[in-house]
Amino acid sequence: MRKHIFQGMIHRPLTEAAPTADDAATAELAQAVERAARRRLGRSLSIREVDAGSCNGCELEIHAINNAFYDLERFGLRFVASPRHADVLLVTGPLTNNMREALERTYRATPDPKWVVAVGDCAVDGGLFAGSPACVAGSVGAAVPVDLHIRGCPPRPIDLLKSLLALLEAQA
Amino acid sequence: MAILSELLAKGRRVAAHRPVPRALIDPTIWMQAAHALADERATLLGLWGERDAAHMALRDGDSGEVAVLSLSCPNGRFPSVGAIHPPAVRLERTMRDLYGLVADGATDARPWLDHGKWPHSRADARAPYEFLPAEGESLHRIVVGPVHAGIIEPGNFRFNASGETVVRLEERLGYVHKGIEGLMVGADLVRGAQLAGRTSGDSTIAYALAFARAAEAALGVETPPRAVWLRALMAELERLANHFGDIGAICNDAAFALMHAHTGVLRERVLRASDAAFGHRLMRDCVVPGGVVRNLGADGHAAIRTLVAAARQRFPPLVKLYDDTASLQDRTVGSGYLKPELARQYGAGGYVGRASGRDFDARRDLTYAPYDQLGFTVPKRGDGDVNARVWIRIREIEQSLDLVEQILDRLPDGATRVEPPPSAGEGLAVVEGFRGDVLVCLRLGADGRIARCHLRDPSWFQWPLLEAAIEGNIVADFPLCNKSFNCSYAGHDL
Repeated sequence: MRKHIFQGMIHRPLTEAAPTADDAATAELAQAVERAARRRLGRSLSIREVDAGSCNGCELEIHAINNAFYDLERFGLRFVASPRHADVLLVTGPLTNNMREALERTYRATPDPKWVVAVGDCAVDGGLFAGSPACVAGSVGAAVPVDLHIRGCPPRPIDLLKSLLALLEAQA
Repeated sequence: MAILSELLAKGRRVAAHRPVPRALIDPTIWMQAAHALADERATLLGLWGERDAAHMALRDGDSGEVAVLSLSCPNGRFPSVGAIHPPAVRLERTMRDLYGLVADGATDARPWLDHGKWPHSRADARAPYEFLPAEGESLHRIVVGPVHAGIIEPGNFRFNASGETVVRLEERLGYVHKGIEGLMVGADLVRGAQLAGRTSGDSTIAYALAFARAAEAALGVETPPRAVWLRALMAELERLANHFGDIGAICNDAAFALMHAHTGVLRERVLRASDAAFGHRLMRDCVVPGGVVRNLGADGHAAIRTLVAAARQRFPPLVKLYDDTASLQDRTVGSGYLKPELARQYGAGGYVGRASGRDFDARRDLTYAPYDQLGFTVPKRGDGDVNARVWIRIREIEQSLDLVEQILDRLPDGATRVEPPPSAGEGLAVVEGFRGDVLVCLRLGADGRIARCHLRDPSWFQWPLLEAAIEGNIVADFPLCNKSFNCSYAGHDL
């Protein structure tokens, strides 16, 4: 194990340069984030991920932004285990009827101020599953207020990163 | 005479079903098949319903043949298979939730995917769910989910524990039920392939491939050789990405984050090579009935070669690290033991089965091109613990790296896609995904649209075994055991 740690110290990091914040996302967020909230949070956000019916594809790419190449935590963004510790809910999936109550309760358990980010085509508008009787019409937005939409099936890690950075800048 | 041929001979054959036979049978033969499953003369591959019929796919224990048996259920009832063969229980509960078919004599009549939240929910599903009891002195209950602490799919787990030791775990799933099989009905093949590819996001190639092969069998389509080989290339890349991710995640759940960081890098390299080669990191929508959507160019070829070289250089030291770290082995060796008898009874696929002595791999045992022309071995162990499931993945990574090179060396030239004709037909396909065997059974109407498509995830026969494997372990080891199974929620809930 010492060899692995030593090599990690002498090699250059794999982490890539930070992307610039997504312009469209910044514009969408301009109204959502109030000045008071910005003061309270500083340049740091805690994120709680909620799978509301995803195929798991979005989760895989959300995991990826934690890897050494993207290293989300260097920006002050981190994933937390409970909604009670979270500022942001990252919601994926077309919102199944079976997950609606759990999502609403998770939202209520998240302290204010809070933001909801709908990740992936399914969370934005139901995607391929729109119209299914097993899913909520209107997807995530029908159950909780959504502040930011990130499209993709699934969104690439770099797009997730850009949008989350926009969230950070909007409230910085 | 093999039991399956015997059962088939007593039924009426359906000519349109390819490549394996399907027969219409009566309730007596249905029960004979159920007994054959209970006596382990055959393995259950799938059990599903539609409005007025029940279907069962089996594999003969002796001959290895696969067939589908169909029972007409005009009254909406059929004799329960689960009553004598437990692996069928959750499948039967699902048949009732989705198609209203009642299994006569079933031991567990509780709803499964139906949580009482659908417009057409069963009346009894709207009542509070009755969990199984655990009785004894000083037992306590821990309820987890459906929203979990990590970035994972939703499901509900009830632990009944005595001190730190798990006495009974009961799973409740169905939270991500999207109605995929319902959406399939009336869809064309293009939409069908998209839906199949979104059944379980980590197995998008395995599902798209199983769907495509079932459609091609139904329509008698000859897939161009280059497409067949490219699909296998994609399937092996998918296996590599998932196995790298899993090994790291298992170690991470034993608080060994170093491995997670390193295998995370390897996983990312696989996804980037896949992106360079096929234009999508997970290769979603790349496989369609009739072939593949993206051809492999020189750049993609080079990217995959570079990936294989990097993995061959970087993975062996990580394997050594795993093997040499006593504190890690202390967690993985002996925990989450799954008995070989259970793996065999449930027909558990993938690393779950192969770590508990079940020597089955659809690439070899229900072989399909190009695997019949490729050299690979199927690892098997008998120790059945978390450690065994890690080692099966390690060995499979080595095999997949070999397979990727063989495919690149021998990739045929030519077309990559043909257009399937819109016509009627029935097809079945089994594909070895990273998690185990994925089954797709498809029936197309005269207009070429989907009349019924059943997708069976390997997790159906693995989730129940997790309940058995965790018994007697400490609660704190559950994440570790769970990750070593890595069952799919989405693929199971459909």
